[in-house]
Amino acid sequence: MSILDVVELDHLERELAGDAGPRVRVRNLRVAFQPDGVRRDVVAGVGFDLEPGQCVAIVGESGSGKSVTARALVGLAGRGSIVEADELQLHGADVQAFTARDWRRVRGREVGFILQDALVSLDPLRPVGREIAESLRVHGWGDRATRRARVLDLLTRVGVPNAALRARQRPHELSGGLRQRALIASAIALEPDIVIADEPTTALDVTVQAQVLDQLAGMKARGASILLISHDLSVVAQLADHILVMRAGEVVEQGPASEVLGAPQHPYTSALIAAVPGADTRGTTLSNAPVPHVGSTPARLPRDPDMPVLSARGLVKRYVGPDGRASTAVDGVSFDLFAGETLGIVGESGSGKSTTARLALGLEDLDGGTVQLLGEDWAPLPETRRRLRRGLISVVDQDPLSSFDPRWNVERILLDALPAGEFATSAARRARVHELLEQVGLPAGVARRFPLRMSGGQRQRVAIARALAPRPTVIVLDEAVSALDVTIQAQILDLLVALRESAVVSYLFISHDLGVISHLSDRILVMKDGVVVEEGTPDEVFLRPQQPYTRELIASIPAFPYGPERHHHG
Amino acid sequence: MTTVRSTPEASTLGRRLRRLPWTLVAALVFLGILAVAVIAPQALATHDPFALDYPASLRAPSAAHWFGTDESGRDLYSRVIWGARESVLIGLGAAAVGLAGAILLGSLAALGPRPVRATVDRFVEILFAFPALLLALLLVAIAGPSALTQIFAVGLGTAPGYARMVRGQILTAKDSGYVRAAVALGHSRSRIVRSHILPNALRPLVAIFALSVGQSIVWASSLSFLGLGVAPPASEWGALLDAGRSYIVQAGWLVVIPGLVIVALALTATTIGRHVQAGLERGEKS
Repeated sequence: MSILDVVELDHLERELAGDAGPRVRVRNLRVAFQPDGVRRDVVAGVGFDLEPGQCVAIVGESGSGKSVTARALVGLAGRGSIVEADELQLHGADVQAFTARDWRRVRGREVGFILQDALVSLDPLRPVGREIAESLRVHGWGDRATRRARVLDLLTRVGVPNAALRARQRPHELSGGLRQRALIASAIALEPDIVIADEPTTALDVTVQAQVLDQLAGMKARGASILLISHDLSVVAQLADHILVMRAGEVVEQGPASEVLGAPQHPYTSALIAAVPGADTRGTTLSNAPVPHVGSTPARLPRDPDMPVLSARGLVKRYVGPDGRASTAVDGVSFDLFAGETLGIVGESGSGKSTTARLALGLEDLDGGTVQLLGEDWAPLPETRRRLRRGLISVVDQDPLSSFDPRWNVERILLDALPAGEFATSAARRARVHELLEQVGLPAGVARRFPLRMSGGQRQRVAIARALAPRPTVIVLDEAVSALDVTIQAQILDLLVALRESAVVSYLFISHDLGVISHLSDRILVMKDGVVVEEGTPDEVFLRPQQPYTRELIASIPAFPYGPERHHHG
Repeated sequence: MTTVRSTPEASTLGRRLRRLPWTLVAALVFLGILAVAVIAPQALATHDPFALDYPASLRAPSAAHWFGTDESGRDLYSRVIWGARESVLIGLGAAAVGLAGAILLGSLAALGPRPVRATVDRFVEILFAFPALLLALLLVAIAGPSALTQIFAVGLGTAPGYARMVRGQILTAKDSGYVRAAVALGHSRSRIVRSHILPNALRPLVAIFALSVGQSIVWASSLSFLGLGVAPPASEWGALLDAGRSYIVQAGWLVVIPGLVIVALALTATTIGRHVQAGLERGEKS
C-alpha cells in the first residue's frame, strides 16, 4: 500500500467517524541546524497522522533524525534549530504560530513527553512525588491535598509498588525501572491524550521493559495516541499500528506495522529486520555487508578437545558498599569453556555477569574459587606471574572509546598490543598491524586515524583487532555489541562468527540481550543475583527453561515474528 | 564539535587572526615586548637604569622620561625594562619549582606504596595548613633574601595546591579504560605508568603552568615588596614597587606604573594559559 493510499483511507475513515481530524498532523516536516552558518538538514519531509488510540512508531538508527522529529512536535527541537513544515498541527492547531506561552500550556496537559534516561530527566534533589506534583501544580490542577492523592494514584497506576514510600524517595534511591515508571507517571499526570515516548525502554532490563511496554499498551487501549521513537524493532512491533522507518533524516518507508515489518519494500527496512539477532538466526549472517576475508591466525597452543581452555570453579566476589555492608556480587559460579566454543552469560543489571568476566580475566581479586587457563592455574595468582600469559586471554568492552589512550592513533594502539619479541623489525610489526586491520574489515587507511573521530562500529573493530593482536585462545566480550546500532551490531556479530572459525578462539560472551546471546552462543549460563540459575544449550534454555526466573526472562523478550529467509554460511 | 570551514585555504589564516579575541592579541603583543626586554634590554631602554641624576629626581612622566624618574633621578621606564629579566625569571622559576614539586608530591601520593602515599598526603596537608607567606618568611630567614630564595619560597607556596591537582589527574588516569586495557594486555606497571598514566595526567598541566607563572610573579613581587626578595638597587618590579612606596603622595607613578606592569604580566600569563587550556579541551572533544 502506498503512502497516498494510506492517507486516502484515513480521510475516508475520518469522514465516516465524523471526527474533526487526527490529534497530530504532520506534513513535510523539515528540521535543520545552522551552527557555523552552514545549514545542516537533519529531518527532511516527514509526514504522518496520529489518531486517537493509535500508536505511530518512528524507527531508525542513531543520527536518523527520529528524536529531533519527536522534539519538534513539542517545540523542543533545540537551540539554533530551524523547523519548517507544510502542516504541523496538534489538535488541529498550527504549532508553528505558537508562542512560548502557548507551548507551556500544551506541554504536559495535551502532550506528555517520556524521555529515555529517567535519571537525568528527574531532578536529583527532589523526591519523585514532588516532581510529579509539580507538573500538576504548574497547570493549576487541584490543591495540595488532591495533588498528593493524585500522585499516589498515578504511581500505583504505572505499577510502582508501595507508592507512598516511593513518592518520598529521590531518583537515585529508585531502580532504573521504577525511575522510568515515575517519569511515565509525570508525563501522564494531566492525562494528555498525546504521549510521545522517546526510547522509553532503552536503558532498561528486559523484564522491566516488558512492564513499561504493558503500561504504554494500557494507555493506548484507554484512547491515548502514542508516538513511539525507538531503534529497537522488537519493541516497536509490540505497540505500533503504523511505522515510519527513518534514515539520515528521510522516511524511507512507512505504512501499517504488519506490512512494514512483514513485507518491507525498502532494502534498508529489510536490512534492519534481518539484523535482529535471535535463536533462529544462529549460523546465519545478519548483515549483507561483506564479511572481511579473514586470514588464518593459528592459536599459539595446540588444542585438546577434552581440556577446557578456561575453567572456573566456585568463583566468589564480595564488595563492601559505602554503607559498610558487604554484598556478594558473584556467589559460587563455575563454568568450563572449551576450544572454539562460545559460552554466553546472560543476566540483567546487577546479576554479577560482568564481575564474573573480570574474575575470569584475572583483573579482579577473588574472594573464593579458582580459575584455570589451558589447564594451568590462572587465578588466584600474583599478577607478576600472570602477566607473561596475559596474551592468552583478551577482552573487548562495551565502550571501546574509553579503552583507548586518547593520545594514540589506531596504529599506535595496535602496535602497543603486539606481544613483545614476536617481531624483530618495526616493518614486521607494522605489517602485522595491517594484517589485523584487514582481519577485522578495516581499510589500512584507518591506521593513522584517532578512535575519537571514528564511528562506533569502527571503534569496536579496532577493539577486536587489539584483542586479536596477542593471538589469544580466549576472548572475553563484555557487552561488546550493546552500544551499537542494530545494523552495525549485525556486522560485528558476523565478524565475530567469522573470526571464531578462522582464528580458533573461544568466546566468553557477556550480554543482557537474549537475542544476541542466543544468536552467538553454543552454551548459555543464566545469572541472577550472583548465582547461575540455569545452564544449557540455547535450545534447552530458551525452549525448555527449568527455572521460574529463566521462564520470566524469556517471556519478557518482545516477540519478533518477522525476518527474511536466512542465508546460511559456512 | 567539529567546526566546518567553507572558506578557501588562502583566507583562513587572516580570518583566524581576525577571529582571535583582543585579549589574546594584547597578551601576545605584551609578551613580545617582554621577550625583547628580557633578551636585549638595551634595545628598548632609553637611559642607563642605574645612572643617577639628582636634579631630575621625582619627575612626572614626560617625553624625556616616559614613566617619570625616581628619587635619585633614575629613568623609571629603563628600570622597568631592565627589571623585566629578573621579574620574569623569578616568575618562571617559581612556577617551574612549584610545578616540579607538585608533580613529585602528586605522583608519590597517587602511585607510591601505601605508606609513602599516606605520608605524602599528610605532608601536603601540613603545607596547606601553613599560610604560604609564613613558609616564605621562614625560608628567607634561613637562606637570606635573594632571587633564588624567592623562587623557592614562591614555588614551595604554590606546590601543595598543584600537587593535589596532579594527584587527582593521576588517579583519574589510573582508573581509566585504557589503563585497564593495558593491564589486560599484560603490560608491566612501570610501562603503564610511563606510556599511559603520566602523559595523560600531566597534559592539562601545560595550561596550569602558564596560569601559575602569572600567580608566581604576583607572589614574588609581594615578597620583594616586603623586602624579602631582591635587594635594591636591582630593579625587579616588586622591589620598584617597594621603593616607590615612600613617595606615593609626591610621585604616585612610582607605585602605579610598576604595579600596572605586574598586573599586565599576570594577566598575559593567565590569558595565554586559558587559551592553551581551551585549546586542549577542544582537542579532546572534537
